[in-house]
Amino acid sequence: MKTILDGLRQNMRRYGMLIALIAIMIFFQIVTDGTLMRPVNITNLVLQNSYIIIMALGMLLVIVAGQIDLSVGSVAAFIGALAAVMMVNLDLHWTLALLGGLAAGALIGAAQGYFVAYQGIPSFIATLAGMLIFRGLTLVMLQGQSVGPFPPAFQKLSSGFIPDIFGYEGLHLTTIVLGAIFSVLLVYMDLRSRRNRIKYGFDVSSIQLFIIKNLAVVAAIMYICFLMASYKGLPNVLIIVFLLILVYTFVTTQTVVGRRIYALGGNAKAAKLSGVNTERLTFYTFANLGLLAALAGLIFAARLNVASPKAGTGFELDVIAAVFIGGASATGGVGTVLGAVIGALVMGVMNNGMSIVGVGIDWQQAIKGFVLLLAVFFDVRNRNKA
Amino acid sequence: MSDTILEMRDITKEFPGVKALDNVNFSVKAGEIHALVGENGAGKSTLMKVLSGVYPTGAYTGDIIYKGEEVHFRDITDSEKLGIVIIHQELALIPLLSIAENVFLGNEEARNGVIDWNATTSCTRELLQKVGLHESPETLITSLGVGKQQLVEIAKALSKDVELLILDEPTASLNETDTEALLDLLLQFKAQGISSILISHKLNEVTQVADAITILRDGATIETLDCRRDEITESRIIQGMVGRDLTHRFPERDADIGEVVFQLKDWTVYHPVHEGRKVIDNVNLTVRQGEVVGISGLMGSGRTELAMSVFGRSYGRHITGTALMHGEPLDLSTIPKAISNGIAYVTEDRKNLGLVLMQDVKNNITLANLNGVSNGMVINEPREVVLTNAYRDKLNIKCSSVLQQTLNLSGGNQQKVVLSKWLFSEPDLLILDEPTRGIDVGAKYEIYSIINQLAAEGKSILIISSELPEILGISDRIYVMNEGRIVGEMQQANASQEKIMACIMQQDPRKEVAEA
Repeated sequence: MKTILDGLRQNMRRYGMLIALIAIMIFFQIVTDGTLMRPVNITNLVLQNSYIIIMALGMLLVIVAGQIDLSVGSVAAFIGALAAVMMVNLDLHWTLALLGGLAAGALIGAAQGYFVAYQGIPSFIATLAGMLIFRGLTLVMLQGQSVGPFPPAFQKLSSGFIPDIFGYEGLHLTTIVLGAIFSVLLVYMDLRSRRNRIKYGFDVSSIQLFIIKNLAVVAAIMYICFLMASYKGLPNVLIIVFLLILVYTFVTTQTVVGRRIYALGGNAKAAKLSGVNTERLTFYTFANLGLLAALAGLIFAARLNVASPKAGTGFELDVIAAVFIGGASATGGVGTVLGAVIGALVMGVMNNGMSIVGVGIDWQQAIKGFVLLLAVFFDVRNRNKA
Repeated sequence: MSDTILEMRDITKEFPGVKALDNVNFSVKAGEIHALVGENGAGKSTLMKVLSGVYPTGAYTGDIIYKGEEVHFRDITDSEKLGIVIIHQELALIPLLSIAENVFLGNEEARNGVIDWNATTSCTRELLQKVGLHESPETLITSLGVGKQQLVEIAKALSKDVELLILDEPTASLNETDTEALLDLLLQFKAQGISSILISHKLNEVTQVADAITILRDGATIETLDCRRDEITESRIIQGMVGRDLTHRFPERDADIGEVVFQLKDWTVYHPVHEGRKVIDNVNLTVRQGEVVGISGLMGSGRTELAMSVFGRSYGRHITGTALMHGEPLDLSTIPKAISNGIAYVTEDRKNLGLVLMQDVKNNITLANLNGVSNGMVINEPREVVLTNAYRDKLNIKCSSVLQQTLNLSGGNQQKVVLSKWLFSEPDLLILDEPTRGIDVGAKYEIYSIINQLAAEGKSILIISSELPEILGISDRIYVMNEGRIVGEMQQANASQEKIMACIMQQDPRKEVAEA
């Protein structure tokens, strides 16, 4: 009985934010007279938030490992500027700029990770330094100007859509087909894990609840796909984000490295004495986030078709907020990829919804602040009760 | 003299799954030194935590009557107001603050929140005089040795107008000179009318200074002995502490001892911070297949440091000497290498160093050998569940499932999880550091049985313990350590508490040179 209650409570924690997200979406759907869920807007929402989600994936690992990275906004801006200079000023091929940017991002992350992991500098300080350094270097590199535009192929990174192989008028059939394939896969995997749990004698939710949950998930996926299909189909960037979410979910839940990161954040000393190379692991989480920040920076630049010195200002806060809203613990060891994604979507939908309604940027900030505080407050309270 | 200052009646305190105190009665007369003795886990510290308000009123049942009035403490501040001050075994001083700042921490000499440093310093100087510590009040705590830190703690207690001073194992980490000074101080306090409760394992100290001795065993009061009336001998106290038949505390053991498996030669380790200080000095030892080897010694004798320096150099610097496994030199330069070379170390601090408490039983068991449940990259979770369930059955871990958080397990079950973790890493040499600390008697027996079973399966076991009966009860052979060196070695058949203590008490040859 106690385990059932435990399970329920954990589920509430896991699904609590999802329910909040849906509530927020319904709220804005109503107050915007249906603008929120219009195909164009949904597509926009994805494009606007893709880079936050991408960085949140890396930030999640860093936060689970018990660290923080304040530099991602500056690093994203710096890499965008670097790619812009390579393509526009130096006239290099866009693939070179892309690969160069990603490599530079990983290198920057690695450098910060080195100071945190091997030199024992608190991550708050090391990455605060990084935040200042790369914001400054962005200004230096761009000489205070915006640099653009970019080759069309590079722009496609963010503003392109997947090709439609069916060519059906008015509806992007490929999108629907992809959505359907994915739905089937998801249900199959859930079914398999449920069978496994039953086989090993663990508690599972009732079959009714299982069916309702899967139906809801499939309905949501197909609905979004349908919306997108009736506009231009799935954006390229959504595919990227989607693949990354799958990879990182897999890494955090199924792999040795993932398990070790959670152990490191849960109790670094115990992990070390269990043979986990805690320094190297910490180092890798920062290098990984550097890489993802670079990707985010490239996508952001591609979307605006210009690299600006102001790009990515305040991103780090949105990203960190997303991870914490998603249920990660500030002391490390707790947090999920899906939670972080939901956290990012909560922030994204609120930004988007409030902009449509016409709430000023000043109030938007304040309201987002309250949401962050509230989300973490409930999370902490739930945890203390448990 | 004979007025009762404190009376604790029918105190019962339960933790989930364990009754730590069961109707304990305890009373202290004004101006006496009252010793509280008992084995580890007998409930001494718990009783003192009840008395000092660490466990607030409501968290236990029973009455506390102090100076004739029933008292209900909500926290330590409440008890300190009435002059009850406890000095814990782990000193609660802040290393980077000065003596004066520490003495008046939480009790500052201040007016309207502004500290009067002159008053603070002069009061501290007076207090230091009283406890016989000749240091400037401005000295930082870090620069003091443990003995002097203990005196600072006492000065701090005096600053609170202490009437009943509780000392929890105050001499555990003190050398003999410091111990003598401390006991003298207690006698001085007694002359000034301050009552003391002394918790100690060192029975010679107890018989030396105590006016009365209360013995606890398994959470219950066994008896109170009056030292003013009768001459109380140490063996009389031990009789009360142990009480039960000694043969039943440890499972039968049929040793089947084979070849030498692990060997340390000329192992020397320097302190990680203090340059030039040897923590381990030229240690040589061997462990055979299927053998349980005990390492005995006082706290601070270097036992844990020895174990950790072997376990992937997780302690110390400039480690020299060789380690051999089956006659082959071992690379122990990192913890992963030590583990893959067949060494496992069960730490004495299982909550901070042994477990990831927020994670479940399963994840904790596989943490040290994730390759055993994965293809090197991806974890095979069903296999993990089956394997960890097998350990749950084998070691009789009481949990709702292997998916239960380890945070909510009892100490004994937590220890079994840690043991499982290291068994799963399939070691040749298993080092156990205080494996039964803070575990109740029943679980201890289980742990001993597991140790025997492992030895019977051919593992070599090195066990560190501060409890002499434990070392004597489970080891086949015993090394005695003192000040970083092996000072004695004996087979179980001819070992005894007296012989071990005699080894420890042997004069340090370096000291003799210094004194000569």
